[in-house]
Amino acid sequence: MQRSDLAALIGLLAFALFPALAWAGGLLWAVDLASRMLIYGLAALALNLILGYGGLVSFGHAAFVGAGAYVVGILSFHSFMGGGFLGLPGSGSGFLVFPLAMLVSGLLALAIGALSLKTSGLYFIMITLAFAQMIYYLFISLPDYGGEDGLSLWARSDFGPLDIGNDVVFFYLCLGLVLAFTLLKRRLVGARFGWTLMGLRDNPRRMQALGTAGFRYQLAAFTLSGAVAGLAGALLANQTEFVSPSFLSWHLSGELLVIVILGGIGTLYGPLAGAVAFLLLEFLLREVTEHWQLFLGPILILVVLYARRGLWGLVEGRRRD
Amino acid sequence: MTEARTTEPGAPRPLLRASGLRKAFGAVQACDGVELEIAPGELRAVIGPNGAGKTTLISLLAGELKPDAGQIVFDGADITALAAPARAQAGLARSYQITSLFPRFTALENALLAVQARAGHAFRFWRPAAGDPALIEPARAALARVGLEARAEVPVAALAHGEQRQLEIALALATRPRLLLLDEPTAGMSREETQAMVALLSGLKREVTIVLIEHDMDAVFALADSITVLVYGRPIATDRPEAIRKDAEVRAAYLGEEDGGDDRPARQEAP
Repeated sequence: MQRSDLAALIGLLAFALFPALAWAGGLLWAVDLASRMLIYGLAALALNLILGYGGLVSFGHAAFVGAGAYVVGILSFHSFMGGGFLGLPGSGSGFLVFPLAMLVSGLLALAIGALSLKTSGLYFIMITLAFAQMIYYLFISLPDYGGEDGLSLWARSDFGPLDIGNDVVFFYLCLGLVLAFTLLKRRLVGARFGWTLMGLRDNPRRMQALGTAGFRYQLAAFTLSGAVAGLAGALLANQTEFVSPSFLSWHLSGELLVIVILGGIGTLYGPLAGAVAFLLLEFLLREVTEHWQLFLGPILILVVLYARRGLWGLVEGRRRD
Repeated sequence: MTEARTTEPGAPRPLLRASGLRKAFGAVQACDGVELEIAPGELRAVIGPNGAGKTTLISLLAGELKPDAGQIVFDGADITALAAPARAQAGLARSYQITSLFPRFTALENALLAVQARAGHAFRFWRPAAGDPALIEPARAALARVGLEARAEVPVAALAHGEQRQLEIALALATRPRLLLLDEPTAGMSREETQAMVALLSGLKREVTIVLIEHDMDAVFALADSITVLVYGRPIATDRPEAIRKDAEVRAAYLGEEDGGDDRPARQEAP
């Protein structure tokens, strides 16, 4: 664990200094890419809570990312165009829309989780996918909010003195939130709650026989995971200044799964490493060829074959299982 | 033929009473009207040929299976409708014939998971579980109870089969049960390991009420206060060990008539 924490600290330092280095190197545009890595990393960290520690393969996490993004998009739309959504007036205040995005995504996860967690295995994968696709088609059918074309943000969310319209400030907001959730998750998985999740992942039957009614803990984890994915969605909407149904599509759900697997399932910092590697590969391969996914595939296969705990498994070195 | 011994007046209330318990899997009647009464503090062995429904009975009592009919009363309360976790909270614990542990964790961490499960709600998000004396101390005590204290930090995958079987018992004990349902604790064990397990179980006797399923007849006769013989999901006899040993019907059904007058019954192998 020592080695893992040290590596994470180095990673944090690299990120913290990145804007300065990018500025010095005349690569200030790369700050935007780094922000994107952090946002995808945050969503992957959220997914990993239930995937890595809970053993629950959610193939519908885009629903929560997208819902969070749409909360920001829709409220921003109404704050400029007037009117309201379900009686709620529009707002561009980040202090309001960010918590609201988490709340909406969390509630959505609570509802989807309550139904999905009655199943397990392959059925769980399919039912989470089905719910996410339902949300996807719901937003496509809302012409007021752009339908298939999506919705442009008039401005990034207003955080008072913190002007996140500035890419560097926005980058540090992302970094701060990623850091906060990483620390929270670190405590969470080491506490009784995390142990219960891992016990249910490894041997649900025995956990029941020992007196743990598993459903409520898995549902709590699923809800928290959804809420944080919603926060990532709120950031994503601000980063792209655009909200579209593609944020809700199964492509994003799949990408998040790939990022977690690439980085290391059930590792604390792996999903962040996965997000950095995935987006960097995407960026670099895209420079070379438009068929970049053709090359991403084999790389993923190699990682899955030769690094079973993902990239972070290589950092951590050998572990007991 | 003695049916489940009825409680004499003045005798303590049975800790567990199952009546009319039935469970069918398709056409197979795995449990066919089981009557069972377990007195507090007793060690009851349940024996029977393979496929007699012994494990089904344990699973019904532990709440992992729902009976088709019948009632289970534990300490005066009807628990028939309770699911497995609630029964565990009420003080019922089971072990498994096929070792059922948490292989990625160490022996101590396994016991810790069990202590924590019994402690009730796990909505504790901040304090590290691994350093919590409220969990560690009972977990260590459970390991010590089965003689595994020196192996506490060893990952389960690295434990010997016999040690895994001991840990299997430790997990059940860590929930501080009032009734322990043991499903073939000596399954797959060597002669020496079996003797150690018998010694362990005789140490637990009286401390906790035990229902023991066992194929090893030496172990059964060494430990049991009374024995219930199950054949085709139906108890055909419940009596003191000496009486069971002499019972003609039991011999015919289970102990093996072909052994003739030999006092030592043939040892049945687990499937």
